[in-house]
Amino acid sequence: MSNLLTINDIYIEGRSDEVWSPIINGVNLSLKRGEVLGLIGESGAGKSTLGLAAMGYTRDGCRISSGSVNFDGIDLVSASADVKRGLLGKRIAYVAQSAAASFNPAHKIIDQHTEAPTQHGVMVRAESSEDAMQLYERLRLPNPHEIGFRYPHQVSGGQLQRAMTAMAMACRPDLIIFDEPTTALDVTTQIEVLAAIRKIVEDFDTAAIYITHDLAVVAQMADRVKVLLRGDEIETADTRQMLANPQEDYTKSLWAVRSFERPAKPAVHTGATPVVSVRGVTAAYGKVDVLSDVSFDMHAGRTVAVVGESGSGKSTAARCITGLLAPRQGHVEFDGAQLPASYKQRDKMQLRQAQMIYQMADTALNPRKTIAEIIGRPVQFYMGLTGRAKTKRVDELLTQIELEPSQYRDRLPSELSGGQKQRVGIARALAAEPKFIICDEVTSALDQLVAEGILRLLADLQDTLGLTYMFITHDLATVKSIADEVVVMKDGRVVEQGPKAEMFQPPHHPYTDLLLSSVPEMDPDWLTNLLEERGMENIGDAAVGKM
Amino acid sequence: MSGFVTVVLFFVGMAVFAWAFRSVARALKPDEPVFRDMPYATAFGYIFGLVAIMGAIWLYALSRDADPLVANKYFFAGKAMEAFVLFTIAAWLFRVVGRSIGTNGSRKLFRQMPLTASFGILMIILYSIAAIFAGVIAPYGQDEIIQGVAANIVPGGNPAIGGNPEFPLGTDQLGRDLLSRLIYGAQNTVGIAFVTTLLAFFLGGSLGFLAAVLGGWFDQIMSRAVDVLMAIPSLIFALLLMTIAAVWAPRLGIPLTLFMVVIIAVIDSTRVYRLARAVGYNIVVMDYIEAAKLRGEGMGYLIFKEILPNATAPLLAEFGLRFCFVFLTIASLSFLGVGIQPPLADWGTMVRDLAQFINFAAFAPQVAAAPLLAAGAIALLTVAVNFVVDWMLHRSSGLKS
Repeated sequence: MSNLLTINDIYIEGRSDEVWSPIINGVNLSLKRGEVLGLIGESGAGKSTLGLAAMGYTRDGCRISSGSVNFDGIDLVSASADVKRGLLGKRIAYVAQSAAASFNPAHKIIDQHTEAPTQHGVMVRAESSEDAMQLYERLRLPNPHEIGFRYPHQVSGGQLQRAMTAMAMACRPDLIIFDEPTTALDVTTQIEVLAAIRKIVEDFDTAAIYITHDLAVVAQMADRVKVLLRGDEIETADTRQMLANPQEDYTKSLWAVRSFERPAKPAVHTGATPVVSVRGVTAAYGKVDVLSDVSFDMHAGRTVAVVGESGSGKSTAARCITGLLAPRQGHVEFDGAQLPASYKQRDKMQLRQAQMIYQMADTALNPRKTIAEIIGRPVQFYMGLTGRAKTKRVDELLTQIELEPSQYRDRLPSELSGGQKQRVGIARALAAEPKFIICDEVTSALDQLVAEGILRLLADLQDTLGLTYMFITHDLATVKSIADEVVVMKDGRVVEQGPKAEMFQPPHHPYTDLLLSSVPEMDPDWLTNLLEERGMENIGDAAVGKM
Repeated sequence: MSGFVTVVLFFVGMAVFAWAFRSVARALKPDEPVFRDMPYATAFGYIFGLVAIMGAIWLYALSRDADPLVANKYFFAGKAMEAFVLFTIAAWLFRVVGRSIGTNGSRKLFRQMPLTASFGILMIILYSIAAIFAGVIAPYGQDEIIQGVAANIVPGGNPAIGGNPEFPLGTDQLGRDLLSRLIYGAQNTVGIAFVTTLLAFFLGGSLGFLAAVLGGWFDQIMSRAVDVLMAIPSLIFALLLMTIAAVWAPRLGIPLTLFMVVIIAVIDSTRVYRLARAVGYNIVVMDYIEAAKLRGEGMGYLIFKEILPNATAPLLAEFGLRFCFVFLTIASLSFLGVGIQPPLADWGTMVRDLAQFINFAAFAPQVAAAPLLAAGAIALLTVAVNFVVDWMLHRSSGLKS
């Protein structure tokens, strides 16, 4: 059987600062009908660029400088706009990372679904909306006959991503490109979307390119895997073969990331005063309670991981501790003394002791200030250091976060990589010489290798400075590697809490069990087994059914 | 009717021609993506541009006609075209010079600069020189009635049609040199507009940021007050206040111009307030502002050290636009007689004083051109500033992505 898609020695360049610089350097790719190819690599590896090139498309400011993209006998690189218009959406479809950002918020889902089939003349509108409902049913969306008539914002993220998959399927394309379709979703929702995508691709014998940075996900989805690094192909192999026996060093290093784990710390003395203690906090935005009666302690030198899905109240708990949101009931204690509810009433000393590191380093650092200014401000503000003493302290801090002072002092945040920005965020928190640091999803926006570096750094700093961390995350792999104690939250309540060792051993609270079992594993049969175990029928409502 | 038919036929002709152009190009080069994927509108645009350029060349040819009667009619059209080409070349040279000297940063700036922006910058520099050194450059005083010279000398400096080479732009009804008045006009109109815009930005900017940071009742009161001020048509409001001020000014012994600066600044600061508040609100939700608040920073630090550096790009762009509006308002008020008072030379006043000459346009275009000189000076500066502002907006949006 001949290939459906063949990409031959393709070179793609992007224009920045008036020069063309390479993004993809001579990658080959071939795909048969009904085959799923996984593309993995870190951000900036050129995965998405290659995925789009498979449609004969490049983003603004990019161009295909040489090579060919042959789709079923048509060369997409030299094809005219008319020819491409006839193919895209009809025979080649694209599923974007964020369905919420890709749907037009002003139109109903089903109106957007039927647009492509009617435009391409595949079906008339009534036929197409009938078909849409059948697809929704097949993807186990709740109320398949009604959900299409909602607007995108009235549907949850996981459902929207499934609706988008249905939309890509509308014309029964030969090829679908999935660009990180589950990256923005919680683990429990991710399962539903993965199962839906896999089912529909199998049902219609569609070929697919599945782009992701998560190895465990690609293991479930793809028949073959291609690893990219900075625009070069590292290796390609069948999924099972690559998982069992990776050939290249880079691939092996990707596999090894998940192995970082800290030794367990001895148990806390009973009766010791916790550094931070949350006591019966109930908090609300407007009239809706987001936290109800939340209590937990954090002891000196420990890392407490707060785990839960988005909307479970993890970040709200942090906002109550920092004083950005005054609790409606309950209070927060620091070293045994009660803290004023609002940060405005706290004194400089109290503010200094609790620092925060943010998820998005891009928005956490002022883009118009140099690194020295960003780190120097708390040094000057809290410690009163100026002039040479301040510079010296800033250099010390930069050394502590493993950035060479002379090289990075005068840079702007935009001149740093994601991991380096996060390190500067850590240095800014350290500059206040705090006892307690809140880490709000600090690694979730980073690639696995970089994230591991950040986790190691945080662990080292804790050992040398005796810091206490509150580690907010939804990633259980991170919890496994860094936490001493775990607090599981759901719907604004603490569901379960205790030392890490206990938490990862059964018996669990059913919700903890659901969270734990939803984390994808490297085993390619994991999803199949899990679905069998939970029962295929209620996969759409697996989360609810298990509760 | 026949004129209408001609215009329609003209456009139909261009449309047919554009279609033919695209078809022929496709037939000759079937594999060239430029022609293959060219939308019809683009083809029409090419033909339209071609016709426009041909028209301009024809007009220029007329202005160089051997018959002085014909040539004189198109005198200013020809001169304007010459000046346009000359300034474009100057702008190009300016950019070339900027690219080869100066620091690395400024060179990079010039490398990415479009020709329109360098044209705008060059114009602004010329205007500033004229405004600052008006006393040195201008051959006569702004209110100097030149003795022994007749009033109403025609611009162009050609004695054959009533001009005088000593007064290249002619004289007005009182016998004052128009060139000198035009140069002094830059000082008065542009200088006052600049001060007014600065004041408007200081007022609107600081209040807008304050509203963004504080929110709550302060924001409500300020924003509603601004809404009320914005609901009144600004020119009529300014006119009303200026009429009142004209009564007060002599009684209080304060120059009317000062009143005008404050009145226009307050009215225009409402627009600046809106922008500063909107931009401020987008910045205030950033994590680094939260970090600064949690550090315990004061209001002054938040506004001037954290927010302002991130708002400079949109504010600068707005400054350019606001400057144009302020400047047009001053010209309008002067034209209406309540702005800058005679005998000070001001472009608005000059347009008003010379307005009656426009009636001669049909048979003596050079005479009618006199009021258009001041109007042209206003238009040119507005266009130049907008070129620069467009470029800055493009740069600031490009930096974001």
